[in-house]
Amino acid sequence: MTTRKDLTVGEALRTQGISRRGFLKFCAATASMMALPPSSIPAIAAALEKARRPSVIWLSFQECTGCTESLTRSHAPSIEGLIFNVISLDYHHTLQAASGDAAEEARHTAMKENDGKYIVVVDGSIPVKDGGVYSTIAGMTNLEILKETVAGAAAVIAVGSCAAFGGLPAANPNPTGAVSVSELVKDKPVVNIPGCPPIPVVISGVIAHFLTFGLPELDNLGRPKAFYGTSIHDRCYRRPFYDKGLFAETFDDEGAKKGWCLYKLGCKGPTTYNACATMKWNNGTSFPIEAGHGCIGCSEPQFWDAGGFYKALAEPTGNFTTTAGVAVAAGAALGAASGLLNRNKQKQAGAEHETVTADNLEKEQTS
Amino acid sequence: MNEVNFLLWVRGIGFDIALAIFVFGIMLRFMEILWLGRKPELAAVRGNGVASGMRTVFSRFLPADSNTLKRSLFMVVAGYGFHIGLFVVIFLFAPHAELIESVTGLSWPTLPSPIVDFFTVLTMLALMALLWRRLTHPVLRFLSTGEDYLMLLLTFLPVLTGYMAFHHLFLSYGWMLGLHILSVELLLIVIPFTKLIHMFTLFMARWYSGFMAGQKGVQS
Ligand code: SF4
Ligand code: SF4
Repeated sequence: MTTRKDLTVGEALRTQGISRRGFLKFCAATASMMALPPSSIPAIAAALEKARRPSVIWLSFQECTGCTESLTRSHAPSIEGLIFNVISLDYHHTLQAASGDAAEEARHTAMKENDGKYIVVVDGSIPVKDGGVYSTIAGMTNLEILKETVAGAAAVIAVGSCAAFGGLPAANPNPTGAVSVSELVKDKPVVNIPGCPPIPVVISGVIAHFLTFGLPELDNLGRPKAFYGTSIHDRCYRRPFYDKGLFAETFDDEGAKKGWCLYKLGCKGPTTYNACATMKWNNGTSFPIEAGHGCIGCSEPQFWDAGGFYKALAEPTGNFTTTAGVAVAAGAALGAASGLLNRNKQKQAGAEHETVTADNLEKEQTS
Repeated sequence: MNEVNFLLWVRGIGFDIALAIFVFGIMLRFMEILWLGRKPELAAVRGNGVASGMRTVFSRFLPADSNTLKRSLFMVVAGYGFHIGLFVVIFLFAPHAELIESVTGLSWPTLPSPIVDFFTVLTMLALMALLWRRLTHPVLRFLSTGEDYLMLLLTFLPVLTGYMAFHHLFLSYGWMLGLHILSVELLLIVIPFTKLIHMFTLFMARWYSGFMAGQKGVQS
């Protein structure tokens, strides 16, 4: 007898009463989710038809549950929902019914049964200071759980900026020594899906890519290029205003009401790579800049300590007034001192100056 | 160091260091010059030195007489092209004005980015033309020192990196923006201690020659 776990994605969808047509629609949505052309739909269909439902172990460490919220708040019936029907989510602190020993048991069973094949999804950063005591589950530190679980995994997906880059727990002065997954996991492929939280379709898109074509192509920060390939600024509908030099100066001036560019109000769109401007939030309703607030750069490393959400990118982040003041005073003092020295030299040279007569010169020439 | 750290460094500590050296150097140079003093002027005053000084500060922005123009048309065109281009690029690009406003509190209207883009290309072409001239003109080449070439390079880099950042060439925007800011900081640091100090001293020098000429009752 084939258990639910042995079903391919195609079979699993059919047992849920999804027609061939529905399946192809799902493939089309998957293609667009992965930013692939419609011509790739048959390939996706063939791949999904055969793909085994992977076992997924979801570990939550130092996090706020926002990433899980983002994923589960996506509207039903959605691709995200379907994706979660086609994977076998065997362990997830927040979503699983089991608790205590039974929960840990489920994790161990999934690891044993799918050794070398399961996917580990991590949200939250891992505290490593003082032996990692700042966050423990079932008596184990996050660090221990991560090491143990990742050992038999096929790949790790770091969901959210905490898992991908350390996130808010790692904000200066980082009291718990929080680090990202990729700082700890070096021997397995790690895919980063940063965002605070990430866009739900991006999470499911990456999982879909994993199912169909394996690991997606990543940028230098380990992010899938399909979703993090262009900056918010390059896809922003307010871009024409930026180029024309029309900026909102405050959040309630005429410019803000007319929807002008938010650069001067601290928008980090130019340095932020994410899919918000194209995929949008809340089931495709809008994205933060459409709501009148600049991008805070939540999918970039260290966005939490990047010099202030409301400081324009061109503005210096430091406190330069005192240093500059000291420098002016020092320059003036040293300049005056060296000026006085030069003056003395001048005077001395004047005093020592001997007039040269034509006779002297003639003498010099003959000698 | 990743792109974000780099950008944070150049916007933070890097900027602080560069600004401090820049203002320190300018004060030093000005004090040195001013403390040298001048010999008392003994000749009878024959005209208004102050008015003549003021006039000269501005009149020398205008192109030279037609004779000079004819003799060195190339230098005049490339030189003005470069200086005007640089002025537009530095002061009339919105993010630059935003930076200046945040440091000094002074603000003014800016130009749309496609226009600034045009001036950026103009500036780079003019700089390259000036380099070409320096390399091919025998006298100029003979007179040129390493500093001249270094200054050309250090002036060219901010314009080039700014252009590349804006158009997303070669590196990601973050890295390029960081390099752009870093190149400007390098320039800020060398300005007071090289011939580039002329961007400040020229006013004093023009004023002085205009003033002297005015007092003597001659045209400056
Ligand atoms: S609002 Fe932000 S992302 Fe949009 S054009 Fe302005 S600076 Fe760029
Ligand atoms: S617009 Fe910027 S800050 Fe907002 S969610 Fe998207 S990447 Fe994050």
